[in-house]
Amino acid sequence: MKTAPTLTFSQLGCSRGGRLLFHGIDCVLEAGRWLYVAGANGVGKTSLLRMVCGLAPIEAGQILWKGVSIHAQRDAYHQDLCYLGHLNALQESISVRENLSFTAALSGFAPSGAQMQEVLTRFGVGGREHQLVRHLSQGQKRRVALSRLALNPARLWVLDEPFVAMDEAGVRMLAELIAAHLEGGGMAVVTSHQQVAIGSMPAQLLELGA
Amino acid sequence: MKKLQLRKLGLASVLLAALRREISLAMRQKGEVLTPLMFFVVIASLFPLGVGPESALLLRMAPGVLWVSALLAAMLSLQRLFAMDYADGSLEQMVLSATPLGLLVAVKAFAHFLLSGLPLVLMAPVLGLQFGLEGRALGILMLTLLLGTPTLSLIGSIGAALTLGVRGAGVLLSLLILPLYIPVLIFGAGAVEADAAGLGIGGHLSLLAALLVLSIFFAPLATTTALRISLE
Repeated sequence: MKTAPTLTFSQLGCSRGGRLLFHGIDCVLEAGRWLYVAGANGVGKTSLLRMVCGLAPIEAGQILWKGVSIHAQRDAYHQDLCYLGHLNALQESISVRENLSFTAALSGFAPSGAQMQEVLTRFGVGGREHQLVRHLSQGQKRRVALSRLALNPARLWVLDEPFVAMDEAGVRMLAELIAAHLEGGGMAVVTSHQQVAIGSMPAQLLELGA
Repeated sequence: MKKLQLRKLGLASVLLAALRREISLAMRQKGEVLTPLMFFVVIASLFPLGVGPESALLLRMAPGVLWVSALLAAMLSLQRLFAMDYADGSLEQMVLSATPLGLLVAVKAFAHFLLSGLPLVLMAPVLGLQFGLEGRALGILMLTLLLGTPTLSLIGSIGAALTLGVRGAGVLLSLLILPLYIPVLIFGAGAVEADAAGLGIGGHLSLLAALLVLSIFFAPLATTTALRISLE
């Protein structure tokens, strides 16, 4: 029997440079829900997200995916995970298409040319597949980076400030994309300084430093 | 918004895609590939000019000089092995991907060999002629370089991963890695001399091959661990 996917934090704690950022965080995220991680600068939002991905070691407490510690099932967990950090993970000297097909290949998928075109058009950067990334603007690069989400069937999205450098239409489109992902049984952990409504589902709020 | 139906890839195709990306990145920055090669040519050419045209001395020095130049040239390109992927976040994606990181690292080391080791192997006989090496010696030199340079890439990847994001990484990388290159240097350069002295070279080649096999097995493991630590 398959256990329903849940992301669980139990007694999670973290410190940086000897300063305690947060401790004793308990939280359960179920399929179809999203966790909104809020808090001022420097309260440890990015640190928390890097711990959720498994990039940073967990100092105190545990993070469980489907009831098992994420560090005990790294490969299986990475199959379910799509992370988007502050960096776009795009190489400047190769084309948009080469970048996207590489990141898709990393998660084991090969989007066709038409699919890639469709996704890029949806993200407002259609017709730029063959352009070098270095010739795109900051916002366009962000859009290309975000389009990875649509080319990856991972169940858990971990998004660090995804709305940064996006215009109003971009914010709306991303919110719709996340809403569709949640409707399909996906989950998301999102940090953002702007309060954004995503779908009809109210966010689970995790306020750090409060 | 409908969900896309994506075609699944086998592991071999994933690794092939990673190799293709390494090569197309290198082709867009040809200078990066050519600089170590030119460095190799210049260093190896300075010796005949500096030592003078005494052919017996040059002949004796040749294998050692060519091998040391090859080590230094390999060091030069190693700094960039992970640096670009680290800077733009691609490395995070590789670490977090469903593809085993050890295999991706092995692909990167193999691409490094193709783009920096193999050109050295092909260039070596031309430089060997400057030192008065003859056909048979040139052949042995190429063979040892062919067996040795992949080991240089693999061992070097450990150092490149350890020094990621460190200031002054280049010098630190040399200090970490050059001592580990000593066995490859001894058996690589030694083979040509052993043959000139009329001894067999089977032992030297076997040891070079053994070093290669060992590093194929252990270097990706060590590199993965180092990468995870560097990204923390």
